[in-house]
Amino acid sequence: MITEDGDFVINIGPQHPSTHGVLHLKVWLDGETVKKVEPHLGYIHRSIEKMCESLSYRQYIFSTSRMDYLSAHINNQACALAVEMGLGVEVPDRAKVIRTILAELTRLASHALWWGCMGLDLGAVTPFFYAFREREFINDIMEETCGARLTQNFIVPGGLMADIHPNFVSKTKELIKMFRANIDEYNQLLTGNVIFQQRTKNVGFLSKEAAISYGTSGPVARASGVSCDVRKHYPYDAYDRVQFKEILGTAGDSWERYVIRIDEMRESLSIIEQLIDNIPEGDIVAKTKQVIKLPKGEFYSRVETARGELGVLLVSDGGSTPYRVKFRSPNFSNLSALGHIAKGSKIGDLVAMMATLDLVIPDVDR
Amino acid sequence: MITLSEITHSIHVKLSGAITNETLLSITEMAIVGIILLGSLVMLSFFLGYMERKVAAFMQIRLGPNRVGPKGSLQIVADTVKLLFKEGLTPNASDKFLFNTAPYIMVITTMLVIAPIAYSNGFQIWDTSIGVLYVSSVSSVSVIGILMAGWSSNNKYSLLGAMRCGAQIVSYELSIGLSLIAIVVLTGSLRMSDIVMSQADGWWIFKGHIPVLIAFVIFIIASTAEINRAPFDLAEAESELTAGFHTEYSGMKFAMFLLAEYINLFIVCAMGATLFLGGWMPLHFGADNAFNHAMDYIPGFVWFFGKTFFLIFVIMWFRWTFPRLRIDQLLNLEWKYLLPISMINILLVTIIAIFGWHF
Repeated sequence: MITEDGDFVINIGPQHPSTHGVLHLKVWLDGETVKKVEPHLGYIHRSIEKMCESLSYRQYIFSTSRMDYLSAHINNQACALAVEMGLGVEVPDRAKVIRTILAELTRLASHALWWGCMGLDLGAVTPFFYAFREREFINDIMEETCGARLTQNFIVPGGLMADIHPNFVSKTKELIKMFRANIDEYNQLLTGNVIFQQRTKNVGFLSKEAAISYGTSGPVARASGVSCDVRKHYPYDAYDRVQFKEILGTAGDSWERYVIRIDEMRESLSIIEQLIDNIPEGDIVAKTKQVIKLPKGEFYSRVETARGELGVLLVSDGGSTPYRVKFRSPNFSNLSALGHIAKGSKIGDLVAMMATLDLVIPDVDR
Repeated sequence: MITLSEITHSIHVKLSGAITNETLLSITEMAIVGIILLGSLVMLSFFLGYMERKVAAFMQIRLGPNRVGPKGSLQIVADTVKLLFKEGLTPNASDKFLFNTAPYIMVITTMLVIAPIAYSNGFQIWDTSIGVLYVSSVSSVSVIGILMAGWSSNNKYSLLGAMRCGAQIVSYELSIGLSLIAIVVLTGSLRMSDIVMSQADGWWIFKGHIPVLIAFVIFIIASTAEINRAPFDLAEAESELTAGFHTEYSGMKFAMFLLAEYINLFIVCAMGATLFLGGWMPLHFGADNAFNHAMDYIPGFVWFFGKTFFLIFVIMWFRWTFPRLRIDQLLNLEWKYLLPISMINILLVTIIAIFGWHF
């Protein structure tokens, strides 16, 4: 289709190797140069928010695993935190620590997958397989403890569904050792590559003001210098008892977003390392009523997923199901910045930018 | 020791005994060579397909094909059978004539180019006096096939891929030509057999000082770009243009593009091996000495294929480690770096050749 202005319009997606799901980008081109990008959403809309209104407070947690399926555990955590806030229960220490370790493992798995896909989108196939080596290991740990590899569903209001597997601690320690060494391998394979650096440096520039006004969060916003780590600013679960740096960048280009995620992997490893030897003894779940009823009111919880800030707003009318649920998903806001940063770039860079935004489309549509 | 040229010679003698008419004799011989060539090229592309998968698996910490046949060696045959049975779809809105011709142009071009390559001493299909010129000029016809495929598909991804490819091949041909000229200047001949014979006392890469080394590196970079392999696979660019110029092709028509790609890979590596690494010439240092005689016991075609497959491995190595360049970076690399460097390099090589400074 050639428009009246002589623009060449192509549809990238909904079936396209680099949109990682069913995202549909309508792209106006002038030769190879992108003039305008328009994301079309809704191809995987399952109305999770509406579904949650007819589920009990125990059930609605699990429906969120398939929003951002790479941060399933962290999504569950956000939902549980909102219910716990409404109930006013204190989660046992042991549950808090285990939740945090699992959340960081989820973040590691998610970032590892992102790193592989980043290479794939830039035309390097090999990183994908190296990333999967670590990811499979993490998934195995998850499987042993939670019973599922991807959609863990391990959290219940007030704590955890079960205790950890006896192998959990030793395997996690093994992972930390292995992952540390392999991040260096990542750097050898991709980070240090001249072509890779040329492809990512000075493209996809997102200024600090734009990052704030588009409502971006997570590594995307931190690369532009916005301090927005929920784990740091509004600590939940066991994040107040660990030492970690919030990685902040300045440049705001694709390269900065890449480097920040690589550094975040190291931070996550150090968080796990601090907690893994100090899992307190005790209960894994606080006592709650069989049928949970929240008092009338609004409850808002926020967590840091691998992609940014996930907010959960629960409106309760005092019944056993939520009156209204609203998720503030990080990917939706991050995607909105794409049109801004992609303007004037080449098609190849558009794909690279999409990779650095680390989009998970089911989280955009919900 | 029986050499390949002796075998071909004895076949020729026997045939000329049976067929007295000279025209008929050469037609018969051409037919035999053609059939052998077609068969061996298909076998070659099978092998390269298998090798690519195994090399990729080796780079990617996995096993690669290992189910069909011993060590998965028949996997590629199974894949070809699958492609044979698939429907060769022609899109309704495409330019049907161009769409169906393009794959054949690709394959025919590559088969033409293979003619002057010297496999062993005296074992060569066509030892023409313009060998190098012939290869570099005929191989550039393949860009027409790609442009035809991209334009006739009536698909925007295909068109973008074809346009990228046109820009890329036309630019990188200059560098390839100039790096080939470096050896032609030193040898003083375009004939393949002369070029190989000139390396009897050492391969050009050792004899020609740094300028030949530079020419070799430029040749490897530019020929990777010329045959559209990663990191220069912008014409395909899976993550950007789904499959680039052959998005709309399926079945055997698609397989032809694949066949052409693998034969092209073989050709550029064979050219690199012949011009820079001595072709079928064993590893020699200086004139007559014991080391040279020892090396002569390894047959010429082993040397030729050894060197060629080493270069093929290097190019596969590129593909499985490097990310892809962007189109403007690709053209910058050629016009701002490779081309000026090759031009200066030609000057240096010429000076070396005139004063006879090479070994």
